[in-house]
Amino acid sequence: MPPGSEYFLIPGLPLLAFLLIAAFGLKPESERAAPAAIIPALCGSLWLSLRALSQVSATGPVEVAVPWLYVGAIQLDVGVLLDNLSALMLVVVSLVSLLVQIYSIGYMKGEIGYGRYFAYMSLFSGSMLGLVISDNIVQTYICWELVGICSYLLIGFWYRRPSAAAAAKKAFVVTRFGDLGFLSAVLLLSFFGLGIFGFTDLQHAAETGALSKGLITAVSLLLFCGAVGKSAQFPLHIWLPDAMEGPTPVSALIHAATMVAAGVYLVARTYFLFALAPAALLVVAIIGSLTLFLGATMGVAENDIKRVMAYSTISQLGYMMMALGVGGYTAGVFHLTTHAFFKALLFLTAGSVIHALRTNDMWKMGGLGKRMPITAVTCLVGALALAGIPVFSGFWSKDEILSAAWFSHLPGHQVFFALALMTVFLTAFYMFRLWFLTFTGEPRSDEAQHAHESPWVMAGPLVILAVLAAVAGGLKASVPGAGQGFGELVRFGEAHEAVSYLAMILSIGAALLGIALAWAAYRRNFVSPAAFNASFPQVYRLLKNAWYLNRAWELFATQVVIAGSALFAWFDRTIVNGMVDGVAWLCGAGSRQLRRLQTGQVQLYAFVIVLGIIAGLVAILGGAAHGVTFTAGGR
Amino acid sequence: MNWLTTVPLQAYLTLSAALFAIGLLGVLIRRNAIAVLLGIELMLNAANINFAAFWRYGATSSMEGQVFVVIVMTLAAAEAAVALAIILNVFRRFKTVNVDQINLMKG
Repeated sequence: MPPGSEYFLIPGLPLLAFLLIAAFGLKPESERAAPAAIIPALCGSLWLSLRALSQVSATGPVEVAVPWLYVGAIQLDVGVLLDNLSALMLVVVSLVSLLVQIYSIGYMKGEIGYGRYFAYMSLFSGSMLGLVISDNIVQTYICWELVGICSYLLIGFWYRRPSAAAAAKKAFVVTRFGDLGFLSAVLLLSFFGLGIFGFTDLQHAAETGALSKGLITAVSLLLFCGAVGKSAQFPLHIWLPDAMEGPTPVSALIHAATMVAAGVYLVARTYFLFALAPAALLVVAIIGSLTLFLGATMGVAENDIKRVMAYSTISQLGYMMMALGVGGYTAGVFHLTTHAFFKALLFLTAGSVIHALRTNDMWKMGGLGKRMPITAVTCLVGALALAGIPVFSGFWSKDEILSAAWFSHLPGHQVFFALALMTVFLTAFYMFRLWFLTFTGEPRSDEAQHAHESPWVMAGPLVILAVLAAVAGGLKASVPGAGQGFGELVRFGEAHEAVSYLAMILSIGAALLGIALAWAAYRRNFVSPAAFNASFPQVYRLLKNAWYLNRAWELFATQVVIAGSALFAWFDRTIVNGMVDGVAWLCGAGSRQLRRLQTGQVQLYAFVIVLGIIAGLVAILGGAAHGVTFTAGGR
Repeated sequence: MNWLTTVPLQAYLTLSAALFAIGLLGVLIRRNAIAVLLGIELMLNAANINFAAFWRYGATSSMEGQVFVVIVMTLAAAEAAVALAIILNVFRRFKTVNVDQINLMKG
């Protein structure tokens, strides 16, 4: 076996765990043991990922590929490509997966379908690791769809609840719009792109000019379509808030930390294409900045604790996309990493609260700080990291993104910077609104009155993630195991450390202002949110209804799509079906005429035979007269 | 040289053609199935005359002409037997042997 083959085990171990659980762990008497398959598997993946990170950061990328299929001249491989980007991402995914699944042992205790839950989660972890480690775009696409189906299955985990079933369908269908783009990109590459799919080969081909500029731009934009769907970017973000119907650890792992980041990862993975297509980069930046702003505004007016976080995820993914768009490759991936930690943490704290109270409504919480101290403190750490308060991880990554936007060469980068800065304020506001409403003040329901801290199997991962969320900013200085700073490790071209101190100060100021406003409005009641809503009802309604984008899509689906399909249905019924009917009618009418020849008069038949003989004779004799000779066949 | 050979080949062929035409006409226009069968017999015999005549006037070393005459006779006998059996059955079924009244196969 070539060196590096052991890295196939990184996605392999969780997939093996999936098979084990699917085969033996679904029955009620054996499903208690399901975590015993997935937890060791993920420990193994994490250990191998850490080994991979230290190896590739020291000795350069490792690529191992096994031929899988031959289609004409095209060869498809299954392979692993470990470079700094994928190795780092592997560590993040396997670490967060491990912690979330430990947490799930407590959270899902006593649920119907306990084994099924861990089977899906294992499949998800394996597919996601397979996506990250993939060395070619086809394998990436396959894993991409696999994580999509896991997302569908897990959102609809409580499939008896109609809202969960509907949310699962919505997520699946909406992301399909984006996946169509990804698939088109793969097809475009196979038809016009030399028939190569490996990232290393593609990068070489793109940089030597073997791929045309137009093709690179088209492929980049189509890949970005896929990323828009998966990473819940405007206008396909509408599935993510509804995806909160799934169990909370699912939201933490799939819909916050890993799968939704796959879109960002895809853009980072194929950044060599985007770098050669300025138009595509501009589109990425525009969509990203719109998403980050709209996502944050929607979070401000939401009362469901998980949905606030879902909007926050949308907004943060927008930050990552915008960072990639404005050229801040390192900044985008860095934010992806820190976000994975602090957003998983925030979701798990929300899960802890929901587990204790059995409600998602923040107006039924309050005063939980005294009753659930670990959850409250870890949530505060997450909130500070998300808001971008110095020392905490989110500050470092968000600051890099703001600097990248500030120093960008894109036209209109001031607008991107301004949107991002405004969103820093909004982020701090909605996050601390959530924290103050949930953990401070007086309990606003009986459940909140009698809440208890979650068991250690849930609180443990919270503490670990809180530590990571607090100190992950230190990766900027040095990544453990690699011995290099993040900017050195994950970069596109030269590492650049341009930091704008003005941007930094503005961002801290905006964040503090947001926290102060949330404190004034929801802790001290200096400012009355109700009065604000009463004086600007339009604004409130707009935000409460998430800019009416769901309605817009609904109208689009019911009006435009149905009208379009009516046209096609008419074509199908009239033209296509008409042609088939026409052939049948022609046969019928023709045979109605032809059957008259069958008179049943045997002498008429004999007469026709005679006529035929005469015609044959005339033909033969006439031919002979013109010099045509007839010879018997064969001799 | 006897009188047989003084008759030219054309005479045999003319006779045969006439016989064939009469037989064909009978097959095509007679209603009675027996008469149709007779027409067929005439046509077969017209062919036999041709075989014999061409054998007599052709290369004398070959025997095909005579052999075919015998085969056609055998065939005619067999055909007559089968055809009469069919006609008999048709008569039992339809109470007629008029072929224009037997048109169950009309489309």
